[in-house]
Amino acid sequence: MAIRAEHEIHRRRFSRNLGVALALAGFAVLVFALSVVKINSVGQVEGFDHQPRATALPPVEEAQ
Amino acid sequence: MSDTHISDFDREAGFGDYFALLKPRVMSLVIFTALVGLLVAPVPVHPVVGLCSILFIAIGAGASGALNMWYDADIDAVMKRTAKRPVPAGRIAAEEALALGVALSGMAVVMLALASNLVAAGLLAFTIFFYAVIYTVFLKRSTPQNIVIGGAAGAFPPMIGWAVATGGVSVESALMFALIFMWTPPHFWALALFMKSDYDVARVPMLTVTHGRRVTRNHILGYTICLVPVALGIAFTSIGGPVYLAVSLVLNALFLKGAWTVWRRGEDAATADGYRAEKKLFRLSLSYLFLHFGALLVESTLRGFGLGMGGWW
Repeated sequence: MAIRAEHEIHRRRFSRNLGVALALAGFAVLVFALSVVKINSVGQVEGFDHQPRATALPPVEEAQ
Repeated sequence: MSDTHISDFDREAGFGDYFALLKPRVMSLVIFTALVGLLVAPVPVHPVVGLCSILFIAIGAGASGALNMWYDADIDAVMKRTAKRPVPAGRIAAEEALALGVALSGMAVVMLALASNLVAAGLLAFTIFFYAVIYTVFLKRSTPQNIVIGGAAGAFPPMIGWAVATGGVSVESALMFALIFMWTPPHFWALALFMKSDYDVARVPMLTVTHGRRVTRNHILGYTICLVPVALGIAFTSIGGPVYLAVSLVLNALFLKGAWTVWRRGEDAATADGYRAEKKLFRLSLSYLFLHFGALLVESTLRGFGLGMGGWW
């Protein structure tokens, strides 16, 4: 069997490379989407930013 | 470079061969039943979480298929139905199938735990272990009851789907498990009756080989009778209802009739008409499972529109 510039094995290797690339890209997109959903599902998240925040203070007693 | 090398290259695997290792046809059944288990559960799931969970369940099932192909390469090589699989055909080394199976199993279980919960991930891990080790390594080559006990592996997906949504196990998910578990023996034994030569050659202790065809016919009828109350029982749980009951009554009547026909006749009659009744029962068994789970989906949709009568008993 003569080896041509574009042999059948090149096509198979390309299909493997493309398949792995698409699978990895799809996995990355999926993990990103899952992360966005998971983070949003816990509600508003506030980080410590060195500034006093009213929402972080203990609730004021009504009697006071 | 010698000709030998060129012919070696000729057998080099494409991406499709690696995908075939995951048994896509089995995966499609897993995806469908797991999706139904997830959708009929009373707890709503975010679409992205649901999509990811179903995908990881499917990958886990596929990984167990790859492990099965690694271990069963010798059996697959002598069976007509499986001889063209990538490992026996020489396109993928058995060790590669093992590596892919182990890697995807670990990834699927960890990702399902992160996407949903530990119960669902634990069930998936157990399913993979059950199929790849308990069924493939121990049961398949040692007992004619391999199909019965091994059928549990195929029965777990709706239970995992349910666990993704609810975080637990319930009567409903146990009954969905039982439906597939009880359906598997008559489904596979109907196939074994008309695929006789394959299992004989592979020396797999299928019931038809070890105990004969008369006993297999008896078992088909016996398991079908046991299947009926399980299938009908789901109608009276929170995921059932009148639509499911009507579908189930018709399907079980047809399935019982088919099993009865297969039981009544002997080998001579079966050979004479080319195993017509056995093939018909096998085809019916495929519709049987698909329509039962489809009916559960219909009931779930009706409940979504406020028309459900789940738990109506």
